[in-house]
Amino acid sequence: MTTATAIFPNPLRWALGLWRDQKHRGTIIQIMALVALLLFIGIIIRNTAINLQALGLEIGYDFLTEPANYDINQHLIDYNSLSSHLRATAVGVINTALVSVCGIILATVIGLFAGILRLSKNWLVNRIMYAYVEFGRNVPVLLQILLFHALIIHTLPHPRASLSPMDGVFLSNRGFYVPQPVLEPAAWAILAALVIAAALAWWFAGHAKRVQENTGRHYPVFTINAALIIGLPLLAFFLAGRPIGLDFPQLKGFNYQGGMVLRPEFTALWFALSFYAGAYIAELVRAGILAINRGQTEAAYSLGLKPNWTMRLVILPQAMRVMVPPLISQYLGLIKDSSLAIVIGYMDIVATIGGISLNQTGRALECMSITLFIYLSISLGVSTVMNWYNRRVSLVER
Amino acid sequence: MSAQEKSMSVSDEMMIEMNGVHKWYGQFHVLKNINLTVKRGERIVICGPSGSGKSTLIRCINRLEEHQQGEIIVEGTELTGNLKHIEQIRREVGMVFQHFNLFPHLTVMENCTLAPIWVRHMPKQEAEEVAMNYLRQVQIPEQAEKFPGQLSGGQQQRAAIARSLCMRPKVMLFDEPTSALDPEMIKEVLDIMIELARDGMTMICVTHEMGFAKTVANRVIFMDDGEIIEQNEPEEFFANPKNERTQLFLSQILQH
Repeated sequence: MTTATAIFPNPLRWALGLWRDQKHRGTIIQIMALVALLLFIGIIIRNTAINLQALGLEIGYDFLTEPANYDINQHLIDYNSLSSHLRATAVGVINTALVSVCGIILATVIGLFAGILRLSKNWLVNRIMYAYVEFGRNVPVLLQILLFHALIIHTLPHPRASLSPMDGVFLSNRGFYVPQPVLEPAAWAILAALVIAAALAWWFAGHAKRVQENTGRHYPVFTINAALIIGLPLLAFFLAGRPIGLDFPQLKGFNYQGGMVLRPEFTALWFALSFYAGAYIAELVRAGILAINRGQTEAAYSLGLKPNWTMRLVILPQAMRVMVPPLISQYLGLIKDSSLAIVIGYMDIVATIGGISLNQTGRALECMSITLFIYLSISLGVSTVMNWYNRRVSLVER
Repeated sequence: MSAQEKSMSVSDEMMIEMNGVHKWYGQFHVLKNINLTVKRGERIVICGPSGSGKSTLIRCINRLEEHQQGEIIVEGTELTGNLKHIEQIRREVGMVFQHFNLFPHLTVMENCTLAPIWVRHMPKQEAEEVAMNYLRQVQIPEQAEKFPGQLSGGQQQRAAIARSLCMRPKVMLFDEPTSALDPEMIKEVLDIMIELARDGMTMICVTHEMGFAKTVANRVIFMDDGEIIEQNEPEEFFANPKNERTQLFLSQILQH
């Protein structure tokens, strides 16, 4: 100690003391990191500003209200080439959201089945699921999108020779055409019936719980409620004189008119993303179930619980807890992978505002910032919801 | 418990009958020609070196393991592939595991009421009252609303015993219930088991707690290499073991 005192003057010793203190060192490192980060961001902003000035450009979002001057083949809201870039962006966001939501649902269903079947003792089923999982995980998603697109475009016939598995359903390389329901005024009765059925189902679930608590009787709540929710609107449909008509697609010229269509771009992207993410989710499901100790099943069995109840009451609630955090990543991954849509011409955010709008207006910085902002908002939204769910199902430890 | 006290609760009614039971794990012959009868109210302790098939034997009684030869009859119902019979037997046979196997996502109370509500169709309120009674009996009523992860090992095992008792089983199987516990917690679990024995519960315990065996057992069974080598009343069993292997085993575990 005496030598240290001799070598360092007082203030330096004080600083050295702070640095050697575990708590203070942490704070000092954080402050240094923050300053470095702010400096870095500052330099980038300054650089960009100087470069833009040198090119004679300025940042502005006015262009958004100008006409986009391009067509989008799939738009769920009104859109034509005279609509603004802002509207084109909205169409892109809706298309991204549509394929993401559909993809997440289908991928979850595929993953759940494949994951459970992957645990099957049946050799054939087990091997088929194994092959699927390995193919889905090991082929780049871009190739899978191109593959599904090629399958639809090249293996399905042209519209005039289209396959028709059912009346009014036509499969061709221009898309899948199905009849579109047309609502007549009396259709409100069906909607009302649906609302009433939902309310009844909700009441019945509560009632069944009270009955159980008072008498111990179990009702098959799920079956009865499912019958209610399907049956009541169906009854209303016939009582109100079938107020829903169907608009059948008809071949006119080179393609079908009327009805609803799933475009090949959408279908290919949807299937490819679901197929790809489903393989990963299958592994999550398998891992989730395997992570639950065999003792849990044995304890449930030894209490007399049936296998399906054991799965529902004991295994799945615990497996969910293991599965949710990686599942969030899978969902986010699927949403971001949907940006590959552009390779087959599906008009998502990247294709609209981040692609054609950008090329036509030359507003690279603005378009990219908007695209980035939208993806960030969607992803943060999804993770907020999933994290909330995760907290709800997480375990209480000591 | 005195010898008289011990024999008092035993009736002539047959609870479990195992005749010529064999079991193989692949090529490995785990159970070899097991013959065992257990009467209502009887308390049996099974001991033996590890890998001798003790756990497998009691796990066959509620079909957590399947036997391949011979017959097992529990309360007049034979255990076969018949799922109805398996469920019926499992309702009447409670089991306590070495590692407790409490359901970590449910509170202690929910652990106790799950099976009575779903299997016995008991009203929730009644199930909770029953559960509270048993939690009081195992002396952890104040832990009812906690999750298993918040309890000590001894408390968890007592909760697991209460969970089993809530189904009001006719037989209780204990699979090394104290082996995963710290020494000071072993006693609190054994005390509960002794009390259970006093109440006349039919019990089969796989355990190395020889003090417990002397106190409550009507019969001690020694297993080695998948066979029942010797069985006798505890006094006789510990004082005059007949078989060489029993003598060797006892000398090893009673050394300290």
